[in-house]
Amino acid sequence: MGSTPDGRSKVTATATEDRKQTPPVRRAGDRVFSGTARGAGILMLIALAGVAAFLVIKAIPAFSASPAELPNHGSLAGYIWPLLFGTLLAAVIALLVGAPLAVAIALFITFYAPRRVAQVLGYLVDLLAAIPSVVFGFWGIGWLAPRLVPFYAWLEKHLGFIPLFTGPASVTGRTMLTVGLVLAVMILPIITAISREVFRQVPSLHREAALALGATRWEMIRLAVLPYGRSGIIGGAMLGLGRALGETLAVAIVLSVSGAVTFDLISSENPSTIAANIALNFPESSGIQINALIASGLALFVITLAVNMLARWIVARRAEFTEAS
Amino acid sequence: MTIKSKTRAVPLVVAALAGSVALAACGAANENTSSGSSGSAAGTSAAEQLSGSLSGAGSSAQQAAMQGWQAGFSSQQPGVTINYDPVGSGGGRTQFLSGGLDFAGSDAALSDAEVQQAQTACGSGGYFELPNYISAIAVVYNLQGVDNLQLSPATLAKIFAGTVKTWNDPAIAADNPGKNLPNTAIAPTHRADKSGTTANFTDYLNKTAGDVWTNASSDTWPLQGGEAANQTSGMVAAVKAGAGSIGYADESQAQGLQIAKIKVGSSWVGPSSKGAAALAASSPTVPGRGATDLAIQLNRTTTSSSEYPLVLVSYHIGCLQPKDATKGQILAAFENYVISKDGQEAAAKAAGSAPISDAQRSKSQQIVDQIKG
Repeated sequence: MGSTPDGRSKVTATATEDRKQTPPVRRAGDRVFSGTARGAGILMLIALAGVAAFLVIKAIPAFSASPAELPNHGSLAGYIWPLLFGTLLAAVIALLVGAPLAVAIALFITFYAPRRVAQVLGYLVDLLAAIPSVVFGFWGIGWLAPRLVPFYAWLEKHLGFIPLFTGPASVTGRTMLTVGLVLAVMILPIITAISREVFRQVPSLHREAALALGATRWEMIRLAVLPYGRSGIIGGAMLGLGRALGETLAVAIVLSVSGAVTFDLISSENPSTIAANIALNFPESSGIQINALIASGLALFVITLAVNMLARWIVARRAEFTEAS
Repeated sequence: MTIKSKTRAVPLVVAALAGSVALAACGAANENTSSGSSGSAAGTSAAEQLSGSLSGAGSSAQQAAMQGWQAGFSSQQPGVTINYDPVGSGGGRTQFLSGGLDFAGSDAALSDAEVQQAQTACGSGGYFELPNYISAIAVVYNLQGVDNLQLSPATLAKIFAGTVKTWNDPAIAADNPGKNLPNTAIAPTHRADKSGTTANFTDYLNKTAGDVWTNASSDTWPLQGGEAANQTSGMVAAVKAGAGSIGYADESQAQGLQIAKIKVGSSWVGPSSKGAAALAASSPTVPGRGATDLAIQLNRTTTSSSEYPLVLVSYHIGCLQPKDATKGQILAAFENYVISKDGQEAAAKAAGSAPISDAQRSKSQQIVDQIKG
């Protein structure tokens, strides 16, 4: 019994009934629904294209502007590069700190915690996502930064030979590392929520098989859960990275900006991030300076797009492997 | 996540409402408008009651004072609305010169090129530039156990340039004989945003210690390095939080911080309203301008101990004969109020500024009398 291209299987019944192939039954409701869904998809694409077009059109004058008109009195690339560097640095720190923590929390909630504790904990972590970023900024500068000052002094004293901790350690704690930690707390709920969903989807057959073979709980997780959930975790991490790349107010409030491109994480001289730079400078900018700011926004847009495409490619590659196995 | 029952939806709805209320509270309108509220004003002037509105924009340093002026003026003229948008001095000047504003507030006087543009924009009547807001800038620091720090201009320039790195440096010790200075590292703090306070501070350093501080006055901090704070409130918070930090902030917002005295002539002078007003009064006007332009060339290198040279002077710039007659009347009445004793006291109460001297007032009054529609 084969099947026709549109999915129907050909059943050899009476010849007269099958002489003409009746098209699938489509009622008005079906057509409305599919049309609405298609319209929503097209609207999404139009909105995205509109944003991209706006960014490109407004950024073009900055590309051809003379150095005297730009805010840094240099080239546009020289203006955007330190901002891009700062954005990526802060986001990478946030991901390195936040992703393992989030996965660990998700594992604890799904496999280790008692049911009631797991529910409450899950609810609390989701609540973290509801806190506005300006509140995170105030928490960062008011509570976290002063408490990290002795830690930075310790880092400079004992690990000062590493380029990351050259110092001199900031006395107010408003450094790139503090910003990375605040961003890590902000992306935690996103990665945790997605990882929890992924871990819940792990086939219980795999888990029980591992346990039946004598694996400990951790070994079960290592053998059955993590390989299955790897692509989902990466997808969640990329979502969190996207948020960290675009975070504006928390960085604007916490960071002490000097514009220098440096890997030093504990000093007062830090490159700004693209979004924070736009937020701080837009109110007092005019003319070509606004175009330069939008050009930096375009750079962020392109980078975020590239990061998301990279994530999708990684996930697709791994999907091939898991499907084959 | 499917919501299985109505009770599961309630915490989500409550959280969504709370979140949206919190987000809505974050949105603050920048424009200050004062609608004509008839306050219980004693001594209303016998001037005719006008109605209309005036739009100005510019210096954010004047924002607090402008609120005091709006409140005081609306008790005299309840039918008038004064709108002021603190976009920054540069933006205010640009908008005024392109004809979009009735008056601009600016921390810096018009440059020579802008003077030409102002004369074109205002036509035959010409423009006026009045120093209506004077405020002292305090050098604030955070060093436990060391009060009444004294700093000469050269030492101050070296600190902010980064050549003097610890508090017990010989340069600082020479300015403070007999004081016990600790070995703490200095953390010089500057403003990250464009600021008239930075412009005046760098101008002071350039004029008084030009061999150490070679950068000309600019409203963005010219050097790399050091802690960067956003706005005056951020500067105050950063100096308060960091042990061993030193910065510069408007005197009215520097309560609770240790304030240093700077060397004027051969004496040590701290920031005060009197000293700021005295400096503005004794400084000459910029040469080569018309009689209606009272731009002050601040005498940063003064040696008189009754003057404090670290001062910010902010101007009101407008046309002497606005195209609209009613706007002219309103502008004249408003500027009359701003330079009056009551107006300056209202600004002093609202923003901690220094009231202009009587000599300055009489000079400005002559120009305000020329404003008409």
